Amino acid sequence: MVGIETRIRSAFEALRSCGELGMVAYITAGDPSVEATLKFVLALAEAGADVIELGVPFSDPLADGPTIQRASERALKSGTTLSRVIDLVHRIRLSSQVPLVLFSYYNPILQMGLEKFASAAANAGADGVLATDLTPEESEDYRRILAAHHLDTIFLGAPTSTDERLAKIAACSSGFLYLISRTGVTGAKDALPDDLPALIRRTRGVTKLPIAVGFGISLPGHVSVLGGLADAAVVGSALVSEIEKAPSVDAAALALGERIRALKQAARNGLSRREAPMHRGEVAP
Amino acid sequence: MRSILQSPTTTPGRFGPYGGRYVPETLMVPLFELERAYEAAKSDPLFQTRFNDLLKNFAGRPTPLQFASRLTEKLGGPRIYLKREDLLHTGAHKINNAIGQGLLVVKMGKPRIIAETGAGQHGVASATVAAHLGLECVVYMGTEDMARQALNVARMRMLGAEVVGVDSGSRTLKDAINEAMRDWVTSVRTTHYLLGSVLGAHPYPTMVRDFQVVIGREAREQILAAEKRLPTHLFACVGGGSNSIGLFYNFLRDADVKMIGIEAGGRGGELGEHAARLGAHQGFSGARPGVLQGTYTYVLQNEDGQIATTHSISAGLDYPAIGPEHAWLADQRRAEYFAVSDEAALDAASLLSRTEGIIPALESAHAIAGLMERVPQLKKDDLVILNLSGRGDKDMDTYRMHGAE
Repeated sequence: MVGIETRIRSAFEALRSCGELGMVAYITAGDPSVEATLKFVLALAEAGADVIELGVPFSDPLADGPTIQRASERALKSGTTLSRVIDLVHRIRLSSQVPLVLFSYYNPILQMGLEKFASAAANAGADGVLATDLTPEESEDYRRILAAHHLDTIFLGAPTSTDERLAKIAACSSGFLYLISRTGVTGAKDALPDDLPALIRRTRGVTKLPIAVGFGISLPGHVSVLGGLADAAVVGSALVSEIEKAPSVDAAALALGERIRALKQAARNGLSRREAPMHRGEVAP
Repeated sequence: MRSILQSPTTTPGRFGPYGGRYVPETLMVPLFELERAYEAAKSDPLFQTRFNDLLKNFAGRPTPLQFASRLTEKLGGPRIYLKREDLLHTGAHKINNAIGQGLLVVKMGKPRIIAETGAGQHGVASATVAAHLGLECVVYMGTEDMARQALNVARMRMLGAEVVGVDSGSRTLKDAINEAMRDWVTSVRTTHYLLGSVLGAHPYPTMVRDFQVVIGREAREQILAAEKRLPTHLFACVGGGSNSIGLFYNFLRDADVKMIGIEAGGRGGELGEHAARLGAHQGFSGARPGVLQGTYTYVLQNEDGQIATTHSISAGLDYPAIGPEHAWLADQRRAEYFAVSDEAALDAASLLSRTEGIIPALESAHAIAGLMERVPQLKKDDLVILNLSGRGDKDMDTYRMHGAE
């Protein structure tokens, strides 16, 4: 699918041309309801999120920390299925052109059937797909079928990945590459890991794809540090916590908007890397 | 039911279409390292010597193949032999694999192991090997299972392991594996995940099987010595499937040896009431090929691909997926699988206790119940080996509660 312009690619090209760090916002679809998620997505887009990842809830989220585990439980309880998430994408498209990535464990996709899934997701207006527990080695059919429907396939790179693997992951990815900042599950953390800049540099060495860094990103200080290193920061558990804490759906939508605006602000004004104390493992102001 | 994967895959660790490696990227390089370490150990005479020494002098191998004369008489069918894995140190076959992986951990130089456990037998085996080899050990266990296998929790703690209760999902084995994987993805640089069954991503299903095939290797020699012929039927219970594959594997090329795996039929056929992944032919619902916890195999799930909760009176069989090699053996009809109910397992435990003087683990009691159900179709000159995979001390509370004592 080289050369085909997708919403994701356009978004990253725009960010690159103005030299700004992008914000990728993750929320679990259907938490607490699909209606609520529609509001949340529009609020996030309005506040400046460059890409939105819609988490498809799964009964056994083994790569997720407690925050997203609880969100998955709430979403499943509200009756959320992969088909309903795809319907939601369709409804979002009636009022927003924000790039949308479906973020799922592999089994729900496999059970729907790769062809049926890819066709439905593309028709609804999804732009890309990331399957947490699918690595390049097992993804041949998946990549072929998704590419045929012009869906970007985003794969994860990790701190344990060798340069050789990072190159393989990049070769299988389109749109962007999602780099996991540290070994562990999803969840907000105070400090970014010391070896993150080296990991990003290693990844840069093997690909020209935009690099989004996620896991443990929640504070403006994190975003400032990433400004000089990555193309985008992924914020997930911090947003999901806002949804969990808020007294109402409308309050949650407001809180999500504020969070993204603050992070976006930090990305625009960016503390220089020298000023950000991340490398000493402290909490940013 | 057949695989839904489209193209035949050439990736390693496949049994037909089943198996593979479906994990978050963080675990891929550690899995490659484990695979390499294991491949090296296979051809390392020092490793093999140490493994065999611990199996013999620490675990108590070889285990007897006992002719069950009163059970044979009582059931009135074929001659029945019991492979007495229940007599091993710690009380079940799980120690074979724990020793193998424990030695591998020492070789890889990692100071810490984590393990999941359902019935507690794998947890106890892991804690035992960790103590013996001087490793730190954390065991994840569903809180539902901690309640019904309290004795094993106490044993693990006495052996110096930390037992972490898991309160998510159905609070059983599946949830313990999720939590162990979350630990592993975080601590992977210093920690080995000592998985207890032929489940998970490659190389686990192959490696765990290889550490368990000693069961069938011994049984084959022992039956040839005792009866001068091969068995006609093998029986074993199947949770993940490590004791059954351990018995079956060395007979796979003997086309006349029938292999029968017994699953947990729980309270009935409705999804959520059983753990019969290969029981569609008996009306057990909800099993289709899918991906769970690293491997592609038959998984109990709903139509949206959400994994189902399961029920079995036996904590060790209470799991929604079956080892991928069993999925392949079932598709090829090389092995046959059927399920028996909680009640049948309890009755079988009583029967074995009173006819042979052996109180079996609830898991192994399923194999006995399967044999009892099948006996009318067997001939007098058939010859059965049944793997008595574990002893029943841990299940005394359950037996008492159900009046099986």
